[in-house]
Amino acid sequence: MSSAAPADVQAAAEDQNSIGAIIRARWEAIRGGDVGSLPVIIGIIAIGLFFNAKSPIFFSAVNFQNLIGQLAGVTVIAVGVVFVLLIGEIDLSIGFASGLCGVAVAYFQQAGTGHDYPGLVALALAIGTGLLIGLIQGSVIAFIGVPSFVVTLAGLLICQGLILQILGTQGVIGIQDKQINDISNYILTKNTGWIVATIFAVGLAASALGGYVSRRRAGLPTGNLLLTVGRVVFFAGLAYAAVAVCNKAQPRPGFPLVGLIVVFLVGLGGYVASRTTFGRHVYAVGGNAEAARRAGINVKLIRILVFMISGAMAAMGGVILASRLNGIDLTAGGGTLLLDSISAAVIGGVSLFGGRGRVIGALYGGVIIGMVANGIDLLAYSDAIKLISTGVILLGAVTLDTVLRRRQATVGR
Amino acid sequence: MNSTSTPTPTLELRGISKSFGSVQALSDVNFEVRDGEVMALVGDNGAGKSTLIKCVAGINSIDEGQILFDGEPVTIHGPKDAAKLGIEVVYQDLALADNLDVVQNMFLGREIHDPAFRLREAPMEQRTVETLKSLSVTTIRSVRQAVATLSGGQRQSVAVARAVLWNNRVVFLDEPTAALGVAQTRQVLDLVKRLADQGLAVVLVSHNLVDVFEVATRITVLRLGRNVGVYDRDKTNEQEIVEAITFGSPAPEETGAVA
Repeated sequence: MSSAAPADVQAAAEDQNSIGAIIRARWEAIRGGDVGSLPVIIGIIAIGLFFNAKSPIFFSAVNFQNLIGQLAGVTVIAVGVVFVLLIGEIDLSIGFASGLCGVAVAYFQQAGTGHDYPGLVALALAIGTGLLIGLIQGSVIAFIGVPSFVVTLAGLLICQGLILQILGTQGVIGIQDKQINDISNYILTKNTGWIVATIFAVGLAASALGGYVSRRRAGLPTGNLLLTVGRVVFFAGLAYAAVAVCNKAQPRPGFPLVGLIVVFLVGLGGYVASRTTFGRHVYAVGGNAEAARRAGINVKLIRILVFMISGAMAAMGGVILASRLNGIDLTAGGGTLLLDSISAAVIGGVSLFGGRGRVIGALYGGVIIGMVANGIDLLAYSDAIKLISTGVILLGAVTLDTVLRRRQATVGR
Repeated sequence: MNSTSTPTPTLELRGISKSFGSVQALSDVNFEVRDGEVMALVGDNGAGKSTLIKCVAGINSIDEGQILFDGEPVTIHGPKDAAKLGIEVVYQDLALADNLDVVQNMFLGREIHDPAFRLREAPMEQRTVETLKSLSVTTIRSVRQAVATLSGGQRQSVAVARAVLWNNRVVFLDEPTAALGVAQTRQVLDLVKRLADQGLAVVLVSHNLVDVFEVATRITVLRLGRNVGVYDRDKTNEQEIVEAITFGSPAPEETGAVA
């Protein structure tokens, strides 16, 4: 209230750009319960070190390449889960919805039948199936007000039933189409890998620079340039390292195409969530649906679109999984797929209570779940150990989320 | 008769009625507010204050009656219509999304974006800082902190500042000082006065008559969904208002002026 205040604000703005101030602000945020990606990154490092100590193969090039293929399906499905969790809903249908879309892609490329379409057409039809599932479920949830838990539980049963119905007599459809099989099995040539990593790095730098310039031009605090550069260098370095390692993998050196698809979809999802009006409204609906409605946001439409995103991502994940096996059978979409996908999002720091979390969390969580499954397979431990360890990690992640949420609430008032 | 300068009320309600099933929430209610004045809207629980606000905000539709804006009849079917006219309602506690930061809340539902719906953060942040400064809201350290980390008074300041940001003409404040401490109440009341000084028509809904007498120029009293009267702050006292709220005694000098 004092008249000297504007000068203080000015000084504070200048001050916010120094590294010391940024670290201090970050530390305060962590103490306030906003830990960001910190726990999950610590988790990835710890799990990596553990399996490295136990198995010499874990950090080998070929295993790294293999890991990318293993985590792709779950991670892509988890991208859709992030959106659903952000609006404070749940989608239990994603497992069998992805299975059904896997069946769809196999069905629509089946040679010697009346529905023998080119691979990309079959892919489009499978994603269309996912969008339709999301549209139906989202409409029931948004317009009639049935809880998403029940609607998608029904969706789970219906999708599973449809899989059994379609595959019924033969029980399996093989995929012969090269385009579809390439989705999970194509390996980029060494040079293509380098080119892709370079494009990624340049894109990252351009985006960071664009943000910096526009804030600077508007006279706003820009953050520390050194930290911004450091972040770009770190992620670009990660991309080059991933390509370098995959290029050493024997017998088929090169970065897997499916890894590129995962990075693209996570990047696209992150962009939509954090840089567009739609994404902003998704967060608002999850944070306070009533405030969003009173601000003139079409909450029903946002809910429906989010379930359509979830359906489309489940479809893409289902296609990736079907492509990896070169076919689809009665177990499609079953097993731990549903719980792994939701766990991936939650482990990645997305709150089950809505409104908090980032799309990149799907990738972090997918990496953790993939590493645990991969490492335990390498050590030839039983499935029992795999389930128990995944469960413990999930419980830890949810507990952390709940504790942090309470902490944020107490700091607030 | 009153201290406002404009001859036509900025917002005028004539003969508004609204019922929910068998409950008559508002019957034949008149109300007006002019540029540059703070009009208080008081009444006991169930008097129809909240219903009246919701009708103006487009949350509820009206059964009967007429809404005039600058003397022209208008229809309000949803929050977007109200926003388009320049009517902003600052709700008691439903106004903000806790998980979003100050800038995001200020522009919620009306984000600045390019043709591809890509958010333009820099101008949004810039205008937020300017608006807060113009209202002398200096207690908020960073406009990029989540609203969850703000105090009650700071939240209320953000909600009020949002009304100013949009060059609104009429601002409804629903119990802005409820649940606030003494210093924070002070902040918000100062803010209310500043809004009127900037030429806005301000409607203050409150139970707290001390607050009302401090900032309001006129006082409209509702009781059981009906008008009791409109009182000039300088020509009445708390005693008279309390009687009007509880017993619905008629206002001697002002009742005829509204209709």
